[in-house]
Amino acid sequence: MALTQEAVLEGIKEIVVEVAGISADDIAMEKKFTEDLDVDSLSMVEVVVAAEERFGVKIPDEEVTNIATVGDAVNFIVNASK
Amino acid sequence: MSLQFESSIQNSRILSVGAYRPARIVPNSEIVDRIESTDEWIRQRTGIETRHIAGPDESLIDMAEAAANIALKRAGITMDQVSAVIFATITYPYQAPSAATELIVRLGNPKAAAFDISAACAGFCYGIALANDLVRNKTAKYVLVIGGEKLSDFTNPDDRATAFIFADGAGAIVIGPSEGAGIGPTVWGSAADSRDAIQMQPSWIEFKGSKTRVDATWPDISQQGQTVFRWAVYEMAPVGLQAIAAAGLTPETLAAFIPHQANERIIDSLARSMKLPDSVVIARDIKTTGNTSAASIPLAMDALLTSNPELHGKTALLIGFGAGLVYAGQVVELPPLTSQ
Repeated sequence: MALTQEAVLEGIKEIVVEVAGISADDIAMEKKFTEDLDVDSLSMVEVVVAAEERFGVKIPDEEVTNIATVGDAVNFIVNASK
Repeated sequence: MSLQFESSIQNSRILSVGAYRPARIVPNSEIVDRIESTDEWIRQRTGIETRHIAGPDESLIDMAEAAANIALKRAGITMDQVSAVIFATITYPYQAPSAATELIVRLGNPKAAAFDISAACAGFCYGIALANDLVRNKTAKYVLVIGGEKLSDFTNPDDRATAFIFADGAGAIVIGPSEGAGIGPTVWGSAADSRDAIQMQPSWIEFKGSKTRVDATWPDISQQGQTVFRWAVYEMAPVGLQAIAAAGLTPETLAAFIPHQANERIIDSLARSMKLPDSVVIARDIKTTGNTSAASIPLAMDALLTSNPELHGKTALLIGFGAGLVYAGQVVELPPLTSQ
């Protein structure tokens, strides 16, 4: 079943809050993981792993490097769930 | 005619642990210039602040001997009572004979059964699994299990991916008979389709021909850090939970968590994924020891029992994981407090 953008964004927020200890209010579609949210490459791996498990999608290593913003991650997961 | 012997199970446990750390302490500041890194970056990515590096004349066997002697003394046994020695290492610089045979000569019992195992950072937990079965089946009464590495001999100081991670040291435990079962079932396996994620290349054959090959150098360890990190944080938490369940426990009833000290971020992530309660004491020896591969779990166990003596005799989840990729985990009762 395809996931909605809203549902995935909420899920990503929860994951980033838990992994990186950032306030959910700071997380939005246009925010960059590295520059804006201080999520480094290893934390990004944890976010990806948690997102795969939560949304039942596969995010290959080569795709992870293309994910810069929260929106990139949300859109990838929404498309992968279709 | 069927076999005529009495077949029964002898329970076993870890009787003691001993550790040896080389005297020289190397802070991040001594490493960063060659790899254009910073102390802060290394701490943030790995949790490592300092590590112990062996001297040029200090061999893997020197370190193992020191650790083994402490473990034997604490177990209250002598080397002639040990009938088997299992040595987990990937840095013994001879293809044959084994590190274990050099060690038993040093320890004064050249007649004990002795062999090495190659399971990298999982080696120590593989050794516990084997030793437990040897004692349980009465193949051996006392087994000495060593995890020892001199990784500084196989680390490229200019490699930005590994130079700050690996270090030297040795740990030893004695496994022997006990009233109750003190070592839980081992959960183990491999993800060998990722064999190239951590490797020591080139092969000896290629190295032998390296005078005519510009690309063949000393077989230093190399690692695809993010691949290993992803595998560890995603796959090892279920392994830990299975090992806890196999021992008949729950995360709430566990006393300690002593994972392979690969990276503090992996340790944190595993603890979070397994939802370990705050009551579980977590070994974070990596801060001052670095990643010592097969030696990391016994070194961390010894450090934890020194800082938290109340954990003697309590339960601990051990998980080793590394090059292969291979892994093994089991819940053990930590060795009892002895007067030595």
